[in-house]
Amino acid sequence: MAQDATPNLNRRKFLTGTAVAGAAVSLTPPAGTPGGNGQALAQTPKAAPPSAAAMRAESAQPVAYSHMLDGKPGSDFMVDVLRALDIEYVATNPASSCRGIHESIINYGPEANKKPELLTVMHEESGTAMAHGYAKVTGKPMALLFHGTVGVQHASMALYNAWCDRVPMIMLSGNHIDAAHRLPNVPTYHAAQDPNAMVRDFTKWDDQPMSLQAYAEAMVRAYKITMTPPMEPVAISLDGHLQEHAIGKNEKLKIPKLVIPSPPTGDSGSVKELAQLLVGAEYPILVVDRAARTAKGMTLLVELAELLGCGVVDLYGRQNFPNRHHLATGPAAIGRADVILGLEVADYWGTVNQYMDNPEQVQKSRLKPGAKLASITAQDLYIRANYQDFQRFQEVDVAIAADAEATLPGLIEAVKSAMTASAKSKAEQRVAAFKKAKAEAAARSRAEAAHAWDASPITTARLSAEIWNVIKDHDWALVSRDSGQSNWPHRLWNFDKYYQYIGHSGGAGVGYGLPAAVGGALAHRAHGRLAVNIQSDGDACFAPGALWTAMHHKIPMLTVMHNNRAYHQEVMHLQRLGNWRQRGVDRAHIGTTIDNPFVDFSKLAGGFGMKGFGPITDPKELGPVLKQAVQIVKAGEPVLIDVVSQPR
Amino acid sequence: MNLPTISAAAIASIACTVLGVGGASAADAKKGQQLFITYGCYACHGYNGQGANVGVKLAPDPMAADALANYIRNSASAMMPPYSEKLVSNADVADIHAWLASQPKLDPKNIPLLKE
Repeated sequence: MAQDATPNLNRRKFLTGTAVAGAAVSLTPPAGTPGGNGQALAQTPKAAPPSAAAMRAESAQPVAYSHMLDGKPGSDFMVDVLRALDIEYVATNPASSCRGIHESIINYGPEANKKPELLTVMHEESGTAMAHGYAKVTGKPMALLFHGTVGVQHASMALYNAWCDRVPMIMLSGNHIDAAHRLPNVPTYHAAQDPNAMVRDFTKWDDQPMSLQAYAEAMVRAYKITMTPPMEPVAISLDGHLQEHAIGKNEKLKIPKLVIPSPPTGDSGSVKELAQLLVGAEYPILVVDRAARTAKGMTLLVELAELLGCGVVDLYGRQNFPNRHHLATGPAAIGRADVILGLEVADYWGTVNQYMDNPEQVQKSRLKPGAKLASITAQDLYIRANYQDFQRFQEVDVAIAADAEATLPGLIEAVKSAMTASAKSKAEQRVAAFKKAKAEAAARSRAEAAHAWDASPITTARLSAEIWNVIKDHDWALVSRDSGQSNWPHRLWNFDKYYQYIGHSGGAGVGYGLPAAVGGALAHRAHGRLAVNIQSDGDACFAPGALWTAMHHKIPMLTVMHNNRAYHQEVMHLQRLGNWRQRGVDRAHIGTTIDNPFVDFSKLAGGFGMKGFGPITDPKELGPVLKQAVQIVKAGEPVLIDVVSQPR
Repeated sequence: MNLPTISAAAIASIACTVLGVGGASAADAKKGQQLFITYGCYACHGYNGQGANVGVKLAPDPMAADALANYIRNSASAMMPPYSEKLVSNADVADIHAWLASQPKLDPKNIPLLKE
């Protein structure tokens, strides 16, 4: 909609005699309201000097009210577009620059606040991380609705995590680009010429449409771009006047048809070459990180691994492969392999090389001499220069620039065609060895979990075993990473479904964990799944308001605090530096530990209206409390248990 | 940044050198427990030396006292920062080893949650 540059309301005249009242928007209060006698607020002494706000209001250009009210608001159409794109949720922290579309979402049409539904968040960073967790369960984007400038700045860190983790989402932010027609002061502080510039390094595309038709086209394009591998966040700036003005009477608007491009697949010649390499290998392995984007990805990986009789090293960017499958193996297999296929591996160099974080900074290859490396990754199709999320360059022998999951069916067929009797026989021998090793590893895990079983602080192994005991008979999903708990869930639990694990933050920006878990739990709620969040204490303290969102929106989630009372990763870093420098470790707690006072997470949850248990220090108390907590979650509410735990 | 795991093999590969560390019998296990915390060993190896993904298991069944002492002094090529005698005395290392050696060994078959 083109904006009329000639407002039909003369604000200077409208404000006559009201300057002292000082309101930026001066309306006649109705009779019966405080100060309202049915007359304009012209009763104050005219001799009184105007306030600064009044001066600003006086000097401001008028707002075109009739443009706002004469017909269907532009923001209603914006919501039509969100509905056409099947956006389920819009995470928002309320912002005046978004008030037009906010009002439309909650009031417009029979599906008001149902499709999409507003998700109230207490920090833009939390909302973005919620969209991150949600996308990893559903595979589709949530929309975000934030203030331009200040809201986008708050969101930026979480947006970077999503960028690093190749996750789709659409960030909408309000902006008033027209200086002559925006309110002074705060709305102007919050306006920008190029509002998405600050996040352009870690968004795949952005736009600032200046008409409703351009908005519709931008949104459909944004959806296509964010959903095409490599999936990344996109950002659209919503002009305030575009939201608030009515659609022009002669304006014909059309929402373009959404067709998501098929993901890029590998060139058939390269895929055939790769298949021959794998079939001819003595000890091939697959290294998978974000290889599976959907449940089908896991099924395809199992088929390929079983066909080749090869080990699969899951780096757990996603739950790519069933962890109890006999071919699921550990990183030690990398050193034995003569052919390694990396599938959507975020840090290939760091996977096949060892970097010792010590004064010598020893770097050495983990590879067997002569090992051949291959990769299939969409990262080869799209890369940016500034932020270093592309990691160190790793040379490979076969590089296929494509989406791994989409390429797997072709690779499987090529492997079937290339398979020989000799290769099949070797594969069978490898499988027998893997089965034996798997059984031994499981026994070893149980034996190691037994160590310090009754210790206090509670070991992460015991914590994980106790949780598993109460969830294993439910349809469960872990919505947090588990490397902070020494991977005990993956050592003791049975992850055989794709949705049971959503990986890590991507960019390792702390503050992701709690809100991403809420977003993941929201996605699981539709399926009645029991969402489990093993929550680190330091992360939870970044933006604990995510607990309120979970409570307010009735998002069932079992949160078990891994409360080691420290930013423990940094404790270890400081210890190492202190020792290298021969100064010792006795002051490494300064600036790294969370004590004096300890955080009482049970009370924190209670403050948000959530049932909290603990702090629990005796491991014998944990089982019974977990059983109670699961009942609360099954009844539809989130719950938190504070467990004083060992560091890792 | 994630701290890489120190492999058991890496520790085993380090040659054992006698540093004059006393055996468990001459050492004070109770004091060793406190020293284990004071010197920050717990941070990577757990409060009970049970190990984690950032530090190998030290207990129960710790490596020989001399091997432990050698590792503590000469771990520069590994992830763990070396503790010189200036920072940790030989007597303290012996006490820590005594404490690690005193940790009970539990059989997972006797723990219902680990029977699976």
